[in-house]
Amino acid sequence: MKRLKIFASLVRDSLDVITHGSKKYHIWMAFLTFVMLVGMYCYSIQLDQGLSVTGMTDRVSWGLYISNFTFLVGVAAAAVMLVMPTYVLKDIDFKQAVLIGEGLAVAALIMCLAFVVADMGGPSVLWHMIPGIGVFNFPNSMLTWDVIALNGYLFINISIPFYILSRHYQGKESKKSIYIPGALISVFWAVGIHLVTAFLYQGLQARPFWNNALLGPRFLASAFAAGPALIILVLAIIRTFTEFKIEDKTIKKIALVVTVAAQINLIMLVSELFKEFYAPTHHSESAYYLFFGLDGKTALLPWIWTAISMNVLATVILTFHKLRNNLRVLYFACFLLFVAIWIEKGFGLIVPGFIPGPYGKIAEYTPTGIEIGVTLGIWAMGALVFTILARTAIKIETGKLRYKE
Amino acid sequence: MSDNNKKWFTLNLNSSRHKQTSNSCGCGKNSGGCNSHNEKKEMSDEEFYEAAVDASIGEERNKDGFQQVFDVKMDRRSAFKKLTASLLIGAGAVSSCTSVISSDETKEKAQINWEEQFKGNYKLMNDDEKKATVDRLVRSYQLRTGKNISMSSKNAEDDVLFGYAFNISKCQGYMDCVSACVEENNQDRNSQMEYIRIHEMKDGKGFNFNEADDNYYHEVPAEGHFYMGTQCFHCDNPPCVDVCPVQATWREDDGLVVIDYDWCVGCRYCMAACPYDGRRFNWSKPQVPEEEVNKNQHYLGNRMRKKGVMEKCTFCVQRSRAGKNPACVEACPTGARIFGNLLDPKSTIRWVLENKKVFRLKEDLGTEPKFWYFMD
Repeated sequence: MKRLKIFASLVRDSLDVITHGSKKYHIWMAFLTFVMLVGMYCYSIQLDQGLSVTGMTDRVSWGLYISNFTFLVGVAAAAVMLVMPTYVLKDIDFKQAVLIGEGLAVAALIMCLAFVVADMGGPSVLWHMIPGIGVFNFPNSMLTWDVIALNGYLFINISIPFYILSRHYQGKESKKSIYIPGALISVFWAVGIHLVTAFLYQGLQARPFWNNALLGPRFLASAFAAGPALIILVLAIIRTFTEFKIEDKTIKKIALVVTVAAQINLIMLVSELFKEFYAPTHHSESAYYLFFGLDGKTALLPWIWTAISMNVLATVILTFHKLRNNLRVLYFACFLLFVAIWIEKGFGLIVPGFIPGPYGKIAEYTPTGIEIGVTLGIWAMGALVFTILARTAIKIETGKLRYKE
Repeated sequence: MSDNNKKWFTLNLNSSRHKQTSNSCGCGKNSGGCNSHNEKKEMSDEEFYEAAVDASIGEERNKDGFQQVFDVKMDRRSAFKKLTASLLIGAGAVSSCTSVISSDETKEKAQINWEEQFKGNYKLMNDDEKKATVDRLVRSYQLRTGKNISMSSKNAEDDVLFGYAFNISKCQGYMDCVSACVEENNQDRNSQMEYIRIHEMKDGKGFNFNEADDNYYHEVPAEGHFYMGTQCFHCDNPPCVDVCPVQATWREDDGLVVIDYDWCVGCRYCMAACPYDGRRFNWSKPQVPEEEVNKNQHYLGNRMRKKGVMEKCTFCVQRSRAGKNPACVEACPTGARIFGNLLDPKSTIRWVLENKKVFRLKEDLGTEPKFWYFMD
């Protein structure tokens, strides 16, 4: 009974916290709500008329939704780069950042699930996938592995911070024996979700662009660059707008993680490019399409070259200590890196997998307004979820929010 | 000719016109151009194409997808109705549907919809359950349109394994197979969905799919070209089946790879996994004019589909399990298509496999297609 009472009080208090705030906060939340409503309107059109309102066709059957899903799995997985040093290697520097990182993971995972649902042709029969009442094609289908991995990771990332925060809310210390095993599992699980998501594509012999042993490792490297880069940007914003203290030391340490991951990512990119272009085979055509265009079809060219140059520039900036330790330059580099990897690991990965088609047909893909509307709506939802989580967490951590008996 | 507004129908017209022109041609040649009235034909082809496109999409041609959707008089009410409908069903609104006020027919409809929404996977049903769902679907169609259809739930027979052979020397690209397939299998007329693609290849270039055209609108056979058809190959080791998260697609005992349209969640993973471009998706609600609906149906075959689900060639399961040839085989005017039971040593398909130099596409992928190509 007591636990229930504490939980009810926590919900009530956090509702209070998230509905009150400065003018800027209200404008921000109103903006996100507006974008979400537009997204929902677009989605209602899609539900009514079918996926024909998107730019996807029988030739390119996955587009913006699955691209964003793939990228966001990486962002979610990146929380582990903060969890591991804090809880496993006992480097207390990261302690404040961890709750933020896990909040980000929760938001990213919710966005992932939303993108998958948005991509479904029949969202009303999704219960077919629930084990027990439906049929769950485990272990044959990698998609079922992914469902387990994502939902498990979501559960871990909700329960650990919830435990820690609810203890702090009552003014007690959290017990290490309870959250350390969870943190350990989450470390392996994070690597798992990203590898499993890569296997989703890697296991298709029909698509040579994806059927490539480097895909999984490269997913990990790019995720551990883009995810923490986003965390740095978020921490920078939180530092400016709230009283939550985040030391420079913490940010610089995360920057080191970003740097190493970005360097490894670049090495793997070189390896991929070498394989595709030194001795091009029939299977290199997708790469040719992506980087140089095929038959005058060049829709992805501006995107991928922007991504590559941003990626290289950001990695070079991060590599020099002097530049990296200048926080303004660091934020700029992190932004570049984040956008670059969003392009590269998003539609730069998904769309060329379908082009050329199984019989060499080159049909390009351009997202429609509706598709973009739904996508923006889901991003706004993610931002809203994160804002709510972070705001409550910060109030508890700074001691403003306490359980009153 | 009154059906010009449907683009898919051009295929049919193309072939019938071919017959007309070759009949009216003085040179007496049955295949290939005779060069005597090439120019005129080319013009009419162009005009015809223009007219067909205009008629089918009309003013929409100049709009992008965004405009097409936003300029339409959007029926918001129905959109929201649909949004809440599934929620209501989930909440158990069936009790209100079966209230005393509504008529018996409405009640029955609601009852059928309820049972259909929550039925299981066809693959796992026993024969009684299969019959029950087929009866419901037939009754539901009757309630909706007042017309009767016959739907079969016939299972695979013992000692049957279906296989297909395609004679590259014979195919002239008439696409009668494509039209017959669309009509037989009740495919969506709006999106021109076609299971079969005929690839027009240049002589002397070998099987060069990259330079082939699978969407041609001109008289066939075009000089200096040969033709090759592809469709679902009903692989013995189908990659599409493994990847399906809900087992909505599977390989039947007679080798047919089929889909339970009602169980499919529409994730399109199978489409990404198919190396042969064999699968199609219903991007919007499939439309078939009532008078064109083929009423001889099979649950796993040509019954009406809904939007947001996969479909594909089933070797016309409604025909092949009734001992007939698939529609494409029957429609082919050149005899390029051969279908039969691979386990019957006296079948034509076995004769082809034993006496011709046959090959299959992308054999290196280990998918074991049951679709062979050969030449005379």
